[in-house]
Amino acid sequence: MASGPMAGPVPTDETAREIDARSTDPSGVPANPTAAVATGEIGGTFWRLFVFRRPLAALILKRLGLSVGLLFAVSLMISGGIEALPGDFATTYLGQSATPQAVENIRRDLGLDRPWSERYLSWLGGAVTGDFGTSWASKQSVSEQIGKRLGNSLFLAFFAALVSVPLAVGLGMVAVQFRNRMPDKIINVISLAAISLPEFFVGYLLIMVFAVEWGVATFPATVYDSMALADRLSAIALPVATLVLVVLAHMMRMTRAAILNVMSSAYVETAELKGLSTFRIIARHAAPNAVAPVINVIALNLAYLVVGVVVVEVVFVYPGMGQYMVDAVTVRDMPVVQACGLIFAAFYIFLNMAADILAILANPRLRHPR
Amino acid sequence: MSDYKDYLTRQVMLGKMNRREFLGRAAALGIAASTANTLFATSAAAQEPKRGGHLKLGLEGAAATDSRDPAKALSQFLFVVGRNWGDTLVESHPTTGAPVPALAESWEPSADASTWTFAIRKGVKFHDGKELTVDDVVKTLQRHTDEKSESGALGVMKSIKEIKADGDKLVLVLTEGNADLPLLLSDYHLIIQPNGGLDNPDAMIGTGPYKVMSFEPGVRATFEKNADDWRTDRGYVDSVELIAMNDATARIAALSSGQVHFINRVDPKTVSLLKRAPTVEILNTSGRGHYVFIMHCNTAPFDNNDLRMALKLAMDRETMVQRILGGYGKIGNDFPINETYALFPEGIEQRTYDPDKAAFHYKKSGHSGSVLLRTSDVAFPGAVDAAVLYQASAKKAGIDIEVKREPGDGYWTNVWNAQPFCTSYWGGRPTQDQMYSTAYLSTADWNDTRFLRPDFDKLLLEARSELDEAKRKEMYRTMAMMVRDEGGLILPMFNDFVNAASKQVKGYVHDIGNDMSNGYVATRVWLDA
Repeated sequence: MASGPMAGPVPTDETAREIDARSTDPSGVPANPTAAVATGEIGGTFWRLFVFRRPLAALILKRLGLSVGLLFAVSLMISGGIEALPGDFATTYLGQSATPQAVENIRRDLGLDRPWSERYLSWLGGAVTGDFGTSWASKQSVSEQIGKRLGNSLFLAFFAALVSVPLAVGLGMVAVQFRNRMPDKIINVISLAAISLPEFFVGYLLIMVFAVEWGVATFPATVYDSMALADRLSAIALPVATLVLVVLAHMMRMTRAAILNVMSSAYVETAELKGLSTFRIIARHAAPNAVAPVINVIALNLAYLVVGVVVVEVVFVYPGMGQYMVDAVTVRDMPVVQACGLIFAAFYIFLNMAADILAILANPRLRHPR
Repeated sequence: MSDYKDYLTRQVMLGKMNRREFLGRAAALGIAASTANTLFATSAAAQEPKRGGHLKLGLEGAAATDSRDPAKALSQFLFVVGRNWGDTLVESHPTTGAPVPALAESWEPSADASTWTFAIRKGVKFHDGKELTVDDVVKTLQRHTDEKSESGALGVMKSIKEIKADGDKLVLVLTEGNADLPLLLSDYHLIIQPNGGLDNPDAMIGTGPYKVMSFEPGVRATFEKNADDWRTDRGYVDSVELIAMNDATARIAALSSGQVHFINRVDPKTVSLLKRAPTVEILNTSGRGHYVFIMHCNTAPFDNNDLRMALKLAMDRETMVQRILGGYGKIGNDFPINETYALFPEGIEQRTYDPDKAAFHYKKSGHSGSVLLRTSDVAFPGAVDAAVLYQASAKKAGIDIEVKREPGDGYWTNVWNAQPFCTSYWGGRPTQDQMYSTAYLSTADWNDTRFLRPDFDKLLLEARSELDEAKRKEMYRTMAMMVRDEGGLILPMFNDFVNAASKQVKGYVHDIGNDMSNGYVATRVWLDA
């Protein structure tokens, strides 16, 4: 193996940098908690000690607190955003067939004549107690409808992740093994080609070949309540394949880059010089340092698989959350849009937090930031 | 030639052509008499509907926000859903557009057409087993005429003053005479529900040929045959499944891969590709819907009739029909009525593209500078292309049209019926009266051309209560001429409804009333295994 520069094991991944930056923040945790006690900041002492003793728990608690604040901000932004869009629910729902009388009746029924802040606060009051209200358009319970749609979205995302994550990591490792040789190049070209095509195009291609020409795949991918698991799985085969092709390259290339980066570092070289086996070097020395960036990119792609797949849902006629939210935005169905927005935000926040925690677990160096 | 043969075969199957006529036309095609005889025999045999099977339709127009209440049905998807489970008092005849009995067996107007008495059919059962009574009918109509109602039929029902039961008959008293009242009751919102749907408007219980088994808004609806249906000439398949497919390519893929039997809204641009599939048949029906360019007659510079005339003459209608509709449509004549309406005023000269004459009127109008036209593809499919085509044809007449593309979101609120010159779409109405009352009466909510003419209003009201057909036809002719020559409407084309089906689907009725066999597609077709 080529000898690396003398720079030492520099954490190059985003997470490490981010966490380092946070620790140097003036409002952050001081390096030495006993010093804080000595200067008489008694109020924060317990928290500081807690941070010192249980850095992981403290991180999670802090992140959870932050998440709640973020969710509030998100709900406020969504609500304000809908307000700023042209037309309100009554006019957009009725569209071209809106008579002034019907518009008037809907406005009065829903209290759209009340000021925005008042409507937002009453919605918030319900949401805090877990009541997302009823959809303005369909008059169905939002929680109930979202339950179904979210279940569908998670079902699709789960299987897409189940296929794509091991495949991406595996291919990344294969690419490292055969670096700059034929298998590496083939993997790179194919995955880059797949990510370069728009999702709908990949979807249409798969439909054309597998459903229309060969007739081997199920299409459309509509799933419903009473559907047997086997039918469901067959229905989602094509959308899962599309999603895998779309997210594969990103994760694969990150895995490849991270492992290569670590493999060229000084401590791996030291391990090699000690005469350790290749397997031991990768498992004990290289892998923990390469895991953080890989986890981060996986988390990002998982979040995408849940919240970013509207186009795939439309193409394959799959009843997921994305389509639900788009329908609701189109007619300004406020309770539904708000609830969907909150759930999407919660997913991003949770997955990012999970990625950070896992990164710290994998690399103890990040646990006691200096 | 094979297209024409298919057409002839179809006509026979629909019972529209007899043996002699068929053989004559087949001979003209060069088909040997013996072959033609066999063809006729098989086509005629296919006329006998088959029962059974599971019919799947992939339809555009569903959303997660769809309502179960027929009063609030707006989408194409809900239109078919409603037709499956419910019945209206009156239906319209598929080819003539005349009112035909449904839950109302017969009706009788008073001499001035202001009081109507309907005999309600007996022995009809709702899906829950309850028998239909005149009381259910009264309650249903009351729910839709309530001032506080959110019903889509509220505008149609405005002229009904009183709804009451007289024994087992329904009596409607109107604010003024209306010879077309029965047709108004064929509106798809006015599904008769038990107790008028007052208890539970979302129950989806009706008297239709299919019972609702499941309904997931924006996803799917499934139906099962109503064994107690009061009619035997419909509901041929055992079960129906409607799948929401809002993506045009997805619909085409589903049909060509045999996953569904029928799809709606085929983009004219892709028809030729779809036609190549051997198992697929294109079903296009002439309709009353029209694509329009509307000018406000009371707003400068469009308050000048010479300018309006110049803009009308600068429209190349033939090219529009070819390019925007792919030939699936008919050219328009600047009034919103075509030959699918009863009492259509015949013999009005067709307006054609005439750059010289347009230039003459444009000069006479004294207007200079460009004319701003607002458009968006939500106005009608291909509206932006149509606007650009129009820009090109007007340029040859020396008229400079500036095309402004508006966001689709909010188009119906901010542009249509608000800005002085824009593109739009009108679905047809059951009668000429209703079409004119909706959009050309001075006081109409949707008078989107700001056509304010007391003499027109007067004529419209007179024609409404006129029971003498000849007189009425003459009045409609005068009204059409007024709109055509002085109105703010440029109507280049009437669009066909373009659907497609697998060849297994038989008995499709080309209904001039509305798209998808007037929504009755699932109740009228059968599957030939």
